[in-house]
Amino acid sequence: MADVRDALIIGKRSDGKLVQRPLSPHLQIYKPQISTATSIFHRITGCALAVGLLLMVWWLVAAATGPRAFASAQGFVGSPIGLILMFGWTLALWYHFCNGIRHLFWDAGFGFDVKTSHRNAFAVLVATVVLTVLSWVVGLAVWL
Amino acid sequence: MVEFTLPKNSKVVEGQRYKAPAGAKRVREFKIYRWNPDDEKNPHTDIYEIDLDDCGPMVLDALIKIKNEVDGTLTFRRSCREGICGSCAMNIDGTNTLACLKPIEDCRGAVRINPLPHMAVIKDLVPDLSQAYAQYRSVEPWLQSDTPPPPDAERLQSVEERSKLDGMWECILCFCCTTSCPSYWWNGDRYLGPAVLLAAYRWIADSRDEHKGERLDALQDPFKLYRCHTIMNCAETCPKGLNPAQAIGEIKKLMVQRQG
Repeated sequence: MADVRDALIIGKRSDGKLVQRPLSPHLQIYKPQISTATSIFHRITGCALAVGLLLMVWWLVAAATGPRAFASAQGFVGSPIGLILMFGWTLALWYHFCNGIRHLFWDAGFGFDVKTSHRNAFAVLVATVVLTVLSWVVGLAVWL
Repeated sequence: MVEFTLPKNSKVVEGQRYKAPAGAKRVREFKIYRWNPDDEKNPHTDIYEIDLDDCGPMVLDALIKIKNEVDGTLTFRRSCREGICGSCAMNIDGTNTLACLKPIEDCRGAVRINPLPHMAVIKDLVPDLSQAYAQYRSVEPWLQSDTPPPPDAERLQSVEERSKLDGMWECILCFCCTTSCPSYWWNGDRYLGPAVLLAAYRWIADSRDEHKGERLDALQDPFKLYRCHTIMNCAETCPKGLNPAQAIGEIKKLMVQRQG
């Protein structure tokens, strides 16, 4: 679909000749904001989790297929690269989960005050780290 | 559409430097975005060295000083110089605000001044706001009522009903919030943006308005309203301390409530 704002890109010189107007800088100059950062991380972690889900499906399908398939899936998950990926996905899962709760409060009409939203953003980060560490402590204790 | 980089003709290059007068003690650099439709060049950043001992306290004072004493071609909008007209909205030190309300002392290092982000530039710091104004017109920002007013009085409101409009009637339509919103940058052709949605809710929340249903119908659209992802840049940047994000949240709540 054409962007109606394209019409505004056409400007006029003093002598009446048409010129193309520039677009003012945006991402290039806007100071990083807590608000933008938490929002874009919510999206990035959401996309990462969708990819992570594929791995989980593979793991489950392998488990249903038989011992050999499961061994290769488990081998990948347990390899150093697999563990690093799993750690990333745990982090992404808890961030998306906690920030999702923040979004639920917004949807219910709470927490719009700028100071409150900054506090909540900080709480989300702390909760993400704590829950990730906790998941791995429990996970490794069960696994090893 | 999402485009992280600027089009080729919009890339900002280095400009010239205007030195402070000899003997100036408290010199501050002002790095200002310049574009002139007549010279067929890319936008550039000019650096003006200003003696703060010989300049008013606000960024707008410095801009006026530059225009009067250093470079008369510098173009910007300004009128009231006290935060009530909304003309001097621009991006100062990385966030959108009114130049007349922004103390120079609040900026660290050189004061970087750009036009409102992701807008077509008419000249220097003057963006084209026609799209935003057309969107404002589209929410029909006036009282709509089928009941005729009392013949001998105005339409009255209780104190409580009137207080619901606080935090909304104060909006001066400077569009600092709208142009701080990444969602408006990418989808501003169809997403109404925070300022216009705040204005829409100002009439939805007005006890005297009888077209609440029609107003909500008009906003029931995947783009007009729902491109708001509660990023909250609008509330962070509003020079009047208003909270458009909250008003948008209230509209979204009403949309759900009326479905029963």
